[in-house]
Amino acid sequence: MKLARRLLIGVPFVWLLILFLIPFLIVLKIALSDYAISIPPYTPTLDPAAGWDGFKEFFSQLDFENFTFLTTDALYWKAYLSSLKIAAISTFITLLIGFPIAYGIANTPDEWRPSLLMLVILPFWTSFLIRVYAWIGILSNEGFLNQALIWTGIISEPLVILNTNTAVYIGIVYTYLPFMILPIYATLEKLDASLLEAAQDLGCSRTGAFWSVTLHLAKPGVIAGCFLVFIPALGEFVIPSLLGGSRTLMIGKVLWEEFFSNRDWPVASAVAIILLLILITPIVLFQRNEQKQREQTK
Amino acid sequence: MSDASPFAPWRDPNADPLINFSNVTKKYGNFTAINNVDLKIYPREFFALLGPSGCGKTTLMRMLAGFEDATQGTITIDGQDMQGIPANKRAVNMMFQSYALFPHLSVADNLAFGLKRSDMPKSEISGRVEEMLRLVQLTDFSKRKPHQLSGGQRQRVALARALAKAPKLLLLDEPLGALDKKLRQETQFELMDIQEKTGTTFVIVTHDQEEAMTVASRIAVMDHGKLIQVDTPDRVYEAPNSIYVADFIGDVNIIEGRISSIKTEESELIWAEGQRPIRAQTGAGLAKGQRGSFAIRPEKIAISNDEPTDVHNRVCGAIEDIAYLGNLSTYYVRLANGTLIKSQVPNDRRISRRSFTWNDNVWLSWTDTAGIVLAT
Repeated sequence: MKLARRLLIGVPFVWLLILFLIPFLIVLKIALSDYAISIPPYTPTLDPAAGWDGFKEFFSQLDFENFTFLTTDALYWKAYLSSLKIAAISTFITLLIGFPIAYGIANTPDEWRPSLLMLVILPFWTSFLIRVYAWIGILSNEGFLNQALIWTGIISEPLVILNTNTAVYIGIVYTYLPFMILPIYATLEKLDASLLEAAQDLGCSRTGAFWSVTLHLAKPGVIAGCFLVFIPALGEFVIPSLLGGSRTLMIGKVLWEEFFSNRDWPVASAVAIILLLILITPIVLFQRNEQKQREQTK
Repeated sequence: MSDASPFAPWRDPNADPLINFSNVTKKYGNFTAINNVDLKIYPREFFALLGPSGCGKTTLMRMLAGFEDATQGTITIDGQDMQGIPANKRAVNMMFQSYALFPHLSVADNLAFGLKRSDMPKSEISGRVEEMLRLVQLTDFSKRKPHQLSGGQRQRVALARALAKAPKLLLLDEPLGALDKKLRQETQFELMDIQEKTGTTFVIVTHDQEEAMTVASRIAVMDHGKLIQVDTPDRVYEAPNSIYVADFIGDVNIIEGRISSIKTEESELIWAEGQRPIRAQTGAGLAKGQRGSFAIRPEKIAISNDEPTDVHNRVCGAIEDIAYLGNLSTYYVRLANGTLIKSQVPNDRRISRRSFTWNDNVWLSWTDTAGIVLAT
């Protein structure tokens, strides 16, 4: 029995070890290395044939130079800050759109809910890339949106949306909306209707009951949704590079350019490590929120 | 209790009812949940709505709370017509079956929830909360969240929260349904105590007839949206007005027959050939020659080895089964014509000294006033 249990717990641990921890250690090692014009494009590399001395030699060459470099060039911290800002604003907009949708679904008759939820999940059936490309077709100067607006006479000149931050916000909000709706829906759907009646019975109006009961009890879902949007949005690379312009500064894009345009693997790795450190805080907060919720519903 | 007349405002034609349902009907589409109900409930009453699930008792209560409006008829509380007045504008509070405690608020904040939304000055709220906590003996638990309380404690918080605003009327929806039997019995007395202390009118919805009998001053037995009988617990038990009520409340033997004689006090029912007619009290709506049903409680039937000669109602049969309940035993006696009669007798002797057992022939007897003849 004990063995079976250990095996069961062991499988995910081994999985995480092989697919997360070891790659992470490799990235960390590259971040501590130096740039070199070679294959692979960094030094030192570990030569097992050199034995213990080779091992010592290898470690003595590692340093934090790349991390110091990140602080000297304003591009990096500006990119981090700009990413934080874009992620935070998009999370907020997603919440503003997602909450009413989740609330609406939770309050429709039972027989409609599965279909409505299906509609929320439906976009996942096509590739994420294709959907982002589709937005180019919608938002570009000759795109569907501008054509429709000009045709109805609302505007005479096409709006410049594509290749701006606005397009990035639209892309992020569109892509991550389901991640906001689903956790909020899950908490609202569980909400005991008699709590709202109790609030009204004790003197709340309908809207008062919504503010003092529904919103409070939806909080864990709102927090979960915000993290689920904020965390991936922070490191987002595809949306800013396809929809954003040259002035859209996001850390995911910087990372990609360091790796593939500059071929500077050590600096790129350092950027990735810092991004991970920034993300650890919200991830830990997210975990604590989940745990607290579990305790309350016990 | 000899100094004061018993509490019975429903017998006083001049008493003003707190609640008055007149010709109230509630329909959901084609389904009639409440069918033309007339009912008066008086101040300080502990009134029970009793019936099987789906009988309309919860709908009746929700109309008082303000969650449902009547389709037809009027409901007044304290003389005021309640049509269209929302729940938050009524001096009525409700204790929910699920308790509906706010999980994100502490016990004290749950109690203060309604007070903060009333016109009570802020400075008095904490005092009132303290008072309510004392009333339900939860002073030490004021900072706990609902999920940190036991079922019985949650029940008391719900009660205190519903009483905090000192409503004219307190509604209790199956208040003890979630508690185990021992706790339920204790809490029944606590409820009565609190009702007496606060002087609030209580209306309780329950499907548990024992609970209704214990706590209520009057019981309304409901079925299919109608009130079948509204009366004191003893009258409902001893003088049911229909087979439905007799059968719903407690255990009952029913013997069908034809009414051979009828007087205001006493009727006779012919029920089997070669047997003496049964003498019993006269129920409502009977006529000579009609079919009728004799209803008698098992504990009102005596059982003996020898034929009792001093009572008119006596029959002979064989013991088919004995249900031993500890303090009581129920004997299932099969009569010659096939009728099965239950007789319940206290076990005032040890079981080994019992004078009859399976398959013994025994006599069952009861007095002329023990049972009642009802319309079939």
